[in-house]
Amino acid sequence: MEMNTEVVDVRKAVVDIISDIALDEDLSEINDGASLRDQLDLDSMDFLDIVMELKKRYKVEVPSEDYPQLATLESCVRYLSPKFCQ
Amino acid sequence: MTTKYDVLIIGAGMSGMAAGIRLAMFGKTVCIAEMHSLPGGLNSFYQRGSRKFDVGLHALTNFVKKGTKGHPLSKILKQLRIRYDSLQLKEQKSSKVQFRDLEINFSNDIELLISQVAKNFPEEVDGFLELIKNINIHKDLLPSKDFKSARQFVGQYIKNKMLEDMIFYPILFYGSSTEHDLDVNSFIILFQSVYLEGFSRPMGGVRTIIDILLDKFNALGGELRYRHKVEKIVTKNSKVQGALLNNGEMIEADYVISSIGYPETMSLVESQQVTTPAVGRISPIETIFIFDKKPAQCDIDSTIIYYSNQDRYNYQKPTTAIDETSTSICLPNNFSDCEYDEGVIRLTSLANFDLWDSFKSTEYKAQKQKVVEHSLETLKAVMPSLNGELKFQDVFTPKTIKRFTGHMAGAVYGSPDKLPDGLTGIENLLLCGTDQGLIGIVGTLLSGITISNMHILTRDWKG
Repeated sequence: MEMNTEVVDVRKAVVDIISDIALDEDLSEINDGASLRDQLDLDSMDFLDIVMELKKRYKVEVPSEDYPQLATLESCVRYLSPKFCQ
Repeated sequence: MTTKYDVLIIGAGMSGMAAGIRLAMFGKTVCIAEMHSLPGGLNSFYQRGSRKFDVGLHALTNFVKKGTKGHPLSKILKQLRIRYDSLQLKEQKSSKVQFRDLEINFSNDIELLISQVAKNFPEEVDGFLELIKNINIHKDLLPSKDFKSARQFVGQYIKNKMLEDMIFYPILFYGSSTEHDLDVNSFIILFQSVYLEGFSRPMGGVRTIIDILLDKFNALGGELRYRHKVEKIVTKNSKVQGALLNNGEMIEADYVISSIGYPETMSLVESQQVTTPAVGRISPIETIFIFDKKPAQCDIDSTIIYYSNQDRYNYQKPTTAIDETSTSICLPNNFSDCEYDEGVIRLTSLANFDLWDSFKSTEYKAQKQKVVEHSLETLKAVMPSLNGELKFQDVFTPKTIKRFTGHMAGAVYGSPDKLPDGLTGIENLLLCGTDQGLIGIVGTLLSGITISNMHILTRDWKG
């Protein structure tokens, strides 16, 4: 099956942001379906930074009521992909 | 002449630089005005010949090993985008609190302290374990606005007053702006950072951290002006407009963040309705010695020794020029790795600012010489095996501290009146640093970060 390039790009965008915040974390073996918070040392301040970086880099806005959508990489891709296309 | 920025930060100490980095990272135009020609503020450095010295805290508390999750150190590294390894943290070997001949050793492994309590105060060890358990419950605690006594809290678990004082000594000494006792939240934060996390020193001293912060701030396009003292914080209808500098320049800014202390900040505000926070009473005096032998060559392995020549510890402004009953002695060579090729010893005691401020030049010099002699006697008493040749000595007094940090009365831990939320009562004039109430190098960095996040970055975000 061919991967959807658009989905891959959104994933990469999020992973790049996280790796710029948590410089000491190894993101190569991250489980896309599992909670980011459980796998990485990320707290609410860091999630706010992810949101601010999304706005800064891609002009993508995430209102605070949608923060739970960023819980896993999978849910990030699902939630953010339509916003990246706009 | 007028210049306009989004944010003006007063003071290029660690909290001010941390705030500047966060704001510049998210697109704010930022100017830091620093009255001196050097950055660092309360935690700074100086050089004599080829010798480099740290001033300020003896250690970077809050040490955790790389990869340890959910601690203040990892928080600040992520928020400032700093790699753990770039700090080059070197752990303490072990430290001790020594009252006369009785000593309690501790290290970055809490088990050592527990076993030392069990050995020296067997009837207290259960209470001590219970105390640790009740401290461990708390995470991400902030200093509280209303003072609750830490002595009362600890008294529920520890009955022996000497042990209580021994536990309180390093904690009071590394951050209490109040005498004898401190707020219970601050106590818990400090207990965690000193005993449960631990001590370290960046290779190269505090300058290593300051250089990282400067590089970050510059790379993000921030502007840092040395030798620019703020003469006046300008307000209009209780809202900050900017500040007037000593060169006559007016800097306009949407926000002003001051890191120079609460009473120091309010004294710059021209308004009849500003509060007048109390000036702190805690100021130290420090002697620095250099010997041609390192302490380890004389069988001295402790990193920091908290010494009292009595059975109790009095954390208060002495009535004499220097408190002759207690001294804390830092041996930087006894962190696990250190660049010093000579033996460096820092002896720090509480001192009386008013007396030092009143001494005229001949008297001042004579008093400093007396402090050197007292420090040498203390060394003889505490580490009799030390036998190197003295190569260099220097003393800095509460007056020196006032001159270089701008803190009234040389009060290194600032005012007893803290502003945990950083709000001064004047719109968009925010306070960060020592007088926000977070403590230690990691604490002060966190202060600059949280004040910027809470009041500027997230406010923007919410529109």
